[in-house]
Amino acid sequence: MAMNKIRGAFAVPRKGETFELRAGLVSQYAYERKESIQKTIMAMTLGKDVSALFPDVLKNIATGDLEQKKLVYLYLMNYAKSHPDLCILAVNTFVQDSEDPNPLIRALAIRTMGCIRVEKMVDYMEEPLRKTLRDESPYVRKTAAICVAKLFDLNPAMCLENGFLEMLQEMIGDPNPMVVANSVTALSEISHTAPETKALQVTPNTLRKMLMALNECTEWGRVTILSTLAEYRTSDVKESEHICERVAPQFQHANPSVVLAAVKAVFLHMKFVGPELAKAYLKKMAPPLVTLVSSAPEVQYVALRNIDLLLQKQPDILNKELRVFFCKYNDPQYVKFQKLEIMVRIANDRNVDQLLAELKEYALEVDMDLVRRAVKAIGQVAIKIESASEKCVNTLLDLINTKVNYVVQEAIVVIKDIFRKYPGYEGIIPTLCQCIDELDEPNARAALIWIVGQYAEKISNAGDILGGFVDGFNEEFSQTQLQILTAVVKLFLKRPEKAQGLVQRVLQAATAENDNPDVRDRAYIYWRLLSNTSDSNATKDIVLSDKPPIVTTISSLPPALLDQLLQELSTLSSVYHKPPEQFVGQGRFGADAVQRAAIEEQIQNARENPLAAAAAAAAVSGDTPSAPAQNNVENLLDIDFDGGAPASAHPEASGGMSGLEGLAGTPVRMQSPAVGAPAPQSSNNLDDLLGVFGDSGPTQPSSSNANGSGAAGDLMNGFSGLDLSGNAPAADGQAKKSNQDIMDLF
Amino acid sequence: MLSGILIFNQKGENLIFRAFRSDCRPRLADIFRIQVISNPQVRSPILTLGSTTFSHVKHENIYLVAVTKSNANAALVFEFLYRLIVLGKSYFGKFDEEAVKNNFVLIYELLDEILDFGYPQNTDPDTLKMYITTEGVKSAITNNPTDSSRITQQATGALSWRRSDIKYRKNEAFVDVIEDVNLLMSATGTVLRADVNGQIVMRAYLTGTPECKFGLNDRLLLDSPDASSANNRKGGTSGANKTTRAAAGSVTLEDCQFHQCVKLGRFDADRIISFVPPDGEFELMRYRATENVNLPFKVHPIVREIGTTKVEYSIAIKANYGSKLFASNVIVRIPTPLNTAKTTERTSQGRAKYEPEHNNIVWKIPRFSGQSEYVLNAEATLTSMTHQKAWSRPPINLSFSILMFTSSGLLVRYLKVFEKNNYSSVKWVRYMTRAGSYEIRYDTYTHPYPQI
Repeated sequence: MAMNKIRGAFAVPRKGETFELRAGLVSQYAYERKESIQKTIMAMTLGKDVSALFPDVLKNIATGDLEQKKLVYLYLMNYAKSHPDLCILAVNTFVQDSEDPNPLIRALAIRTMGCIRVEKMVDYMEEPLRKTLRDESPYVRKTAAICVAKLFDLNPAMCLENGFLEMLQEMIGDPNPMVVANSVTALSEISHTAPETKALQVTPNTLRKMLMALNECTEWGRVTILSTLAEYRTSDVKESEHICERVAPQFQHANPSVVLAAVKAVFLHMKFVGPELAKAYLKKMAPPLVTLVSSAPEVQYVALRNIDLLLQKQPDILNKELRVFFCKYNDPQYVKFQKLEIMVRIANDRNVDQLLAELKEYALEVDMDLVRRAVKAIGQVAIKIESASEKCVNTLLDLINTKVNYVVQEAIVVIKDIFRKYPGYEGIIPTLCQCIDELDEPNARAALIWIVGQYAEKISNAGDILGGFVDGFNEEFSQTQLQILTAVVKLFLKRPEKAQGLVQRVLQAATAENDNPDVRDRAYIYWRLLSNTSDSNATKDIVLSDKPPIVTTISSLPPALLDQLLQELSTLSSVYHKPPEQFVGQGRFGADAVQRAAIEEQIQNARENPLAAAAAAAAVSGDTPSAPAQNNVENLLDIDFDGGAPASAHPEASGGMSGLEGLAGTPVRMQSPAVGAPAPQSSNNLDDLLGVFGDSGPTQPSSSNANGSGAAGDLMNGFSGLDLSGNAPAADGQAKKSNQDIMDLF
Repeated sequence: MLSGILIFNQKGENLIFRAFRSDCRPRLADIFRIQVISNPQVRSPILTLGSTTFSHVKHENIYLVAVTKSNANAALVFEFLYRLIVLGKSYFGKFDEEAVKNNFVLIYELLDEILDFGYPQNTDPDTLKMYITTEGVKSAITNNPTDSSRITQQATGALSWRRSDIKYRKNEAFVDVIEDVNLLMSATGTVLRADVNGQIVMRAYLTGTPECKFGLNDRLLLDSPDASSANNRKGGTSGANKTTRAAAGSVTLEDCQFHQCVKLGRFDADRIISFVPPDGEFELMRYRATENVNLPFKVHPIVREIGTTKVEYSIAIKANYGSKLFASNVIVRIPTPLNTAKTTERTSQGRAKYEPEHNNIVWKIPRFSGQSEYVLNAEATLTSMTHQKAWSRPPINLSFSILMFTSSGLLVRYLKVFEKNNYSSVKWVRYMTRAGSYEIRYDTYTHPYPQI
């Protein structure tokens, strides 16, 4: 009955490819049938819908030809959902196969059954699964172990009822290492999806079993076991020592992912062992880490991102290894950028000469992005290592003398930061001022103007220089405008006679002719300060106060985030340097709950203190890791328009998220942070394509998407309902930004 | 873990689509095509859209893509993709679009075997070849229950890499020590970076289940008191032994990685390399050395830019190894500016040719004996351009191979085989040094940047 209905619904024309395939599938000759199955699979790969052939393909399931059986199974897995009723016809074969004398066939049957995600199939899985879990062949057992995870994904209740989890837990004690590894894999997946099951509880006994299997199972099994060991919290020092001791030999494994997993396990357990021993392990993990740098570029990239994290926690582990990180000419750009960052991190006063020579070499290349980063790195080194600052400044001056436009601009931005730490380099200001006409980027212009304003008393023609900028005030970027404003006021306070007219002009331009509220507000503040006659020193105290010197321009993650990321070594999270909740979607890791909690907190914060909320949002989204709240306050008065961090330490590109993408229910685009963010235009054509994410199929217009955006809308309304009107407009803007950040999480 | 494996050709056609989890939808193929293949801006190997992450590697003319939905283990994903390439090469010789198209059924079969629910299983080509075969010939074996239980036993056992019933009339083992020497030399002639990536490849044709022990002139091992040198007497019966006596010095290995057959615990405890080898060829270990690297070639480049119309080269290369040895296939690649119109070359040995498609002068010296020195003089004439792009001056690049020479100074001291049948075996060892990335930077006299 049901069959007939389906037949009718999927009636196809008696011509064309499908017709031919069908003819082949029911042919009386075996070879023709097999060929047609192959063709069907081919069509399936090309994205053609061959689900109409389901009944005919199914007829070929009972065959002695293993290859053909595999093909039919592959087809079944793909289209089972479109014909849930017909799947029942296959059950018999599966059950039979699961008792076949050939272990390969038994394993194949149980493996495939788990992949046919149809409710009815689940009911028939219980018996075969139970049998195969106790199969005599380890090959079948290891396949059945994974099948439990599949079943749990489909029907957790049934899995629990039948005691499959307990069976799996027993299997950690299996004599075969691969069965152990797969059991651990399955249990670990189950306990990650549903922590309440407590599926994977490491006891001294299971620990012993896992450590034993570690030396014998396949490389991939080792990764699983090592990751599980890394997550395990030991009960005493002895146990930690034992784990480190048994894991450390894996540093020598040929597979980089095993090495990284071993590093992770030792690194996390090292905290609990004695300092001497910990030091020995740190020393031991350095050479394998360095070796990772000579693997394939993609693996290398993952390794480099992880090394970056390890270095933030333990800055000294690779002290002597600077040379390994020198860029090769043919390294992909993403690897080069990451190497640059690591080189700066391991720079010290012993290797700095070598490093500077190398950085200068990069700064003379033609790849503009690399050049900029190299110049920036020179500045970071100067600020990191005091004794090298002079060499760095000289190198920068050499680079400025090349007169290559973008080199000069980047160098000036960097030199501004150096001025903010070290006094005594005023002598180079004339050289910098000579480049004034070549600067066309707002950052560089702003940096130079800041320098002019800061050292106005020492620059005889400061008035002329600033005068030029004031003339074109309204053509500048707002970032530069703010700097011009501040610099002119500084000049006026230092040498009133020179800048009387100038300050009038600039305040006029900024208040009367400018549309940007930030510029206007700052101008008004200055205006008021300057017109304050009761205490003439007050203005000076505020505008010319000594700024605290900057400590570093190397961006580092906040300690809490860093610790969290160290738990995630070698995962995507460690590559992005972002917690998994930020890019892993629905449910699997409880991302929804985390978002909800974060939003609650934001709302609470926003009520109490909008500025702090903005900063917190920034910290949560990892955009500006080094922007604590007070920087924002300072921001309103002082130099940096783009955030508390120095201009040269600009936050890592967050991939062109506009916040609005999140609202539209469109997934946020993320790319590896070391790489220049792609133009955001690409996200538009994503809209319709990504509409299918999370849906259960193109034919069933499911609701999760609509729900998602609906929920987002509600939240937005909630936000707009919040009473923020009592705050300063600028603060309001920032709070809004933070709301958008939250929305980005969707 | 992995939700799916996709393979594309360069045009972005989906050649293989294998979903391992229900969250890997067919439409993802379109998304990858649009977002990565046809987007020239994407330079990162990892791309996350929403909660879907695409990790891809390129090999020959295909893209291999792993789709993940969770916070997956990125190192494992990439390593797995590379292992897939190894597997493809091992099965089809060359793993490219054509191979994928011609063998797609087999590739599906392989994927089904090496990934279960997205978790990598045994990916060892030799093991897989026992029960997944290219021709239908051997399928008789897999259909035979007793044979297949033996195979599966082996595929999952502790010695998953070795069959138990191997027999040879003549028991032999060949050891190849192959070193890639990397050099980065600055324009002023100082060595910025010199290191050696070595690999030891073994071809074992040994009966039964032999336990092997392998010794190198590793400083850590030689310095330790219990390393008895008496061992090498009994050791190899041929080649290996002679070189041992010649080995006066020792080598510091920065780091070693071993094939999974090596007992890592033993190495960690007393630095003894002990293993039961797979049958046939395998990579026993890889190592890295950075101290006392013998650089086989010294290069002195002089590059002069004359105005904007001409570049003059004078490149001298001296061989730094013993006069009895020789390097073969020495190829020197000398970059020329992008607007080179023609070149003239004179060499004291070998042949030089301009390759406009690579912007290189290629100087080939088929045989380069030790201690000799050769010179190339060349001139590149440039076309005048109104606004030329700056020349990035890529480094001069060398490739070569030298037999019976190791840059690190590493030597095999012994290879011992223990087997319960106590047969005698013959061992051979061979050394070779190749160029890894052997780069020499140079300065030009006039400044490379045009005035802007």
